[in-house]
Amino acid sequence: MSFQPVKFYQTGTFTVGNRLLPPEERSVQASTKRFNSINSGHRACQGCGEALGARYAIDAAMEATDGQIIAANATGCLEVFSTPYPETSWQIPWIHSLFGNAAAVATGIAAALKVKGKKDVRVVAQGGDGGTTDIGFGCLSGMFERNDDVLYICYDNGGYMNTGVQRSSATPAAARTSTTPAVGSDPGNVFGQGKFLPAIALAHDIPYVATATVADLRDLEAKVTRAMEIRGARYIHILVPCPLGWGTAAHDTIRMARLAKETGIFPVFEAEHGEIKSVLAIRHPLPVEEYLKPQKRYAHLFGKNPAVETIARIQALADKNIRKYRLQARKEGH
Amino acid sequence: MDKPFAITLDPGSSLANRTGSWRTFRPEYVDRLPPCNAACPAGENIQGWLFRAESGDYEKAWRALVENNPLPAIMGRVCYHPCEGGCNRQQVDSAVGINSVERFLGDEANKRGWKFDTPAAATGRRVLVVGSGPAGLSAAYQLTRMGHKAVIHEAGPLAGGMMRFGIPKYRLPREVLDAEIKRLLDFGVEIHLQTKVSNVLDAMMDGFDAVFLGVGAHIAKRAYIPAGDANKILDAVAVLRGMEGESAPMLGRKVVVYGGGNTAIDVARTAKRLGAEEAIIVYRRTRDKMPAHDFEVEEALQEGISIKWLSTIKEAGESDIMVEKMALDDKGFPQPTGEFERIEADSVVLALGQDADLSLLENVPGLVVDKGLIQVDAAMMTGHPGVFAGGDMAGNDRTVTVAVGHGKKAARAIDAWLRGEKYAPPPKPEIATVERMNPWYYSDAPKTVRPVLDIIRRQSTFEEVLGGLDETNALFEARRCMSCGNCFECDNCYGVCPDNAVIKRGPGKRFQFNFDYCKGCGICAAECPCGAIRMVPEEN
Repeated sequence: MSFQPVKFYQTGTFTVGNRLLPPEERSVQASTKRFNSINSGHRACQGCGEALGARYAIDAAMEATDGQIIAANATGCLEVFSTPYPETSWQIPWIHSLFGNAAAVATGIAAALKVKGKKDVRVVAQGGDGGTTDIGFGCLSGMFERNDDVLYICYDNGGYMNTGVQRSSATPAAARTSTTPAVGSDPGNVFGQGKFLPAIALAHDIPYVATATVADLRDLEAKVTRAMEIRGARYIHILVPCPLGWGTAAHDTIRMARLAKETGIFPVFEAEHGEIKSVLAIRHPLPVEEYLKPQKRYAHLFGKNPAVETIARIQALADKNIRKYRLQARKEGH
Repeated sequence: MDKPFAITLDPGSSLANRTGSWRTFRPEYVDRLPPCNAACPAGENIQGWLFRAESGDYEKAWRALVENNPLPAIMGRVCYHPCEGGCNRQQVDSAVGINSVERFLGDEANKRGWKFDTPAAATGRRVLVVGSGPAGLSAAYQLTRMGHKAVIHEAGPLAGGMMRFGIPKYRLPREVLDAEIKRLLDFGVEIHLQTKVSNVLDAMMDGFDAVFLGVGAHIAKRAYIPAGDANKILDAVAVLRGMEGESAPMLGRKVVVYGGGNTAIDVARTAKRLGAEEAIIVYRRTRDKMPAHDFEVEEALQEGISIKWLSTIKEAGESDIMVEKMALDDKGFPQPTGEFERIEADSVVLALGQDADLSLLENVPGLVVDKGLIQVDAAMMTGHPGVFAGGDMAGNDRTVTVAVGHGKKAARAIDAWLRGEKYAPPPKPEIATVERMNPWYYSDAPKTVRPVLDIIRRQSTFEEVLGGLDETNALFEARRCMSCGNCFECDNCYGVCPDNAVIKRGPGKRFQFNFDYCKGCGICAAECPCGAIRMVPEEN
């Protein structure tokens, strides 16, 4: 009979927790003592991926630093839905200044802490893809090249969602937004534009760059924890599906993130000093249609006359990711 | 006025904002019926006992198992495990080896000498159980648990019924059978051996409040085959029963078995083990139409048993038989072709089905027998009040597992009847289909293969063919269970809620929703691996 390892926990580490795992091996989110850094009562839409991603990431950072976190926040959904005056959902020291300067504000806080000699207090900056890839990009690149001791977390939902779903430089090709309507000969967002910020961060050779999605909590928590072990500029880019902007059902948020990863649309990897150290391999390979079809922002690609060519171009982008980041499915170990 | 410039309000928490008012759908924790449980003829709560086995608590698992079935070590060997046929894990990789874990638990109980929990306080009611086969033992056990006195009258010299006199040793070692019967005796079940009930109403007069009939199908059906004087024509039941006696039946070098059920296979495999050079099964239809289970056919073929498909026996001569080839008609019935063939045979064993002996039921008013089966209602009661029946007598689905299920159901009905009530089974929850689950979360883990006895030893000895699992792989196999439809506390709902609106209540206490903040997005339901959350519309 073939050898079967005993250490098999029914759901492995795919689920949030597992009664069969010793408590120290469970996720931060499985604990009743998790910080709930962003509290209930926030005004994010039903099924918001960003609210979820922010709690996952900041709770993990809080756990890793024993609760010693100051966060600077860019303008965006996350800021708007969590802090309508005079309420706040944040249970951590938190500051919002402008749309584009979160990285600079965080740099300033880090400098102040250094002057005060408070080594144990750590700084996190966070924002959406608009505040990160477009408006705050200059400040962020500066923070990277100076190697300031800040972890910058970008919650990427592919657009300016709370102002009415406008295009950002992180909006994927062919997606419909209010500024890239599904009309004309090439409906939706244009191919060949926009940027993938993790690759740019990588080019800065900073100590740590990682991507993650809300579909894989254990991976996300491990990356935040690893980032907090390192000093200097660090960047984590988290894919957070947006039911409003993507036109998906509220209950499909995690499923969409999972499909983005499984189709190769969104590569999940980890890099140190500009070198990729590990990738999250695809478990069950799927064609990009599986990811595109449930989203109304791609509805114009389907229907009676599917835009076969456009879908093939998106598939080619995914295939390129799979080649470039070596995401091919491999046999699962326990 | 000590507030900063332009600030008029104190900072507040977003907890003041009860986002629960946005909800149009509300999540609800449910316990759905796992398909294994739904498929189990004995009504076992398989998911329930696997859940306990998963954490390595085998004794609790065994105790949960024996609530519904007092014979797990037997069941883990002879059951045809329809549960595994229903298992949702088939759609992920392969079915959970439920049967092998059940056997492991049963063997563990025998090894460690676990006893049943103490029965309920004695009610003073006495129930007569006729027959000590699986139906009778199951009924007696359940009645004893409920505090009734169950007395089994068994016609044979040993308890066990068809499990002892119909199932070969290589499938069910007798020490296993004896151990589980002994546990029932220790529990308080009374068995009177060699006590044939010839008239059920007379027997009931002996101070019994009700009776359960669980007589097995012992009488072989016959077919007329013209035979010469010297040829031996035997019936399968007699051959298998003979295996339990002092001397094994004499079958000769070349044995022909006539029939296509599991009994035919059992006899052919037994003949091979007794030293027959050739054991040939003659069956009138094709393999896909054969009532025997395919894995048993496969095991028999591996052991060198040959099967003549589409053939009937026309006559039996002194040392050979005449076989006629058949052809299936449009409706799938075999029709004679007029082509004949002679096969050498020292003996012919008929395995053409069995009937139960119903002579003890003569003159029971109200009792209806149709095509050799006692007619019972949904509560297993015959037309005569207080007389219940199950197992081979009451149905054509004649397996140990079905009999155990009948016995349990009848016991519950008898209990209700003794209290002057009518037994109504509790309503069944909806089935936990794989569509209601999220199998993404289960790690890939193919089924553990049970060791199989070496082919040479299988052809010559009565050692058990299929081995058991050891502790490590039994635990592995148990943990392959996906806990379909029943919360297994994976914390997913607690983790994936964007509004922190799930409250974790601690080990064993599951979760609850905080409807002050639950916006009803449904992520918890979509991401629940086992489908234990359902979304229901909010009223108004």
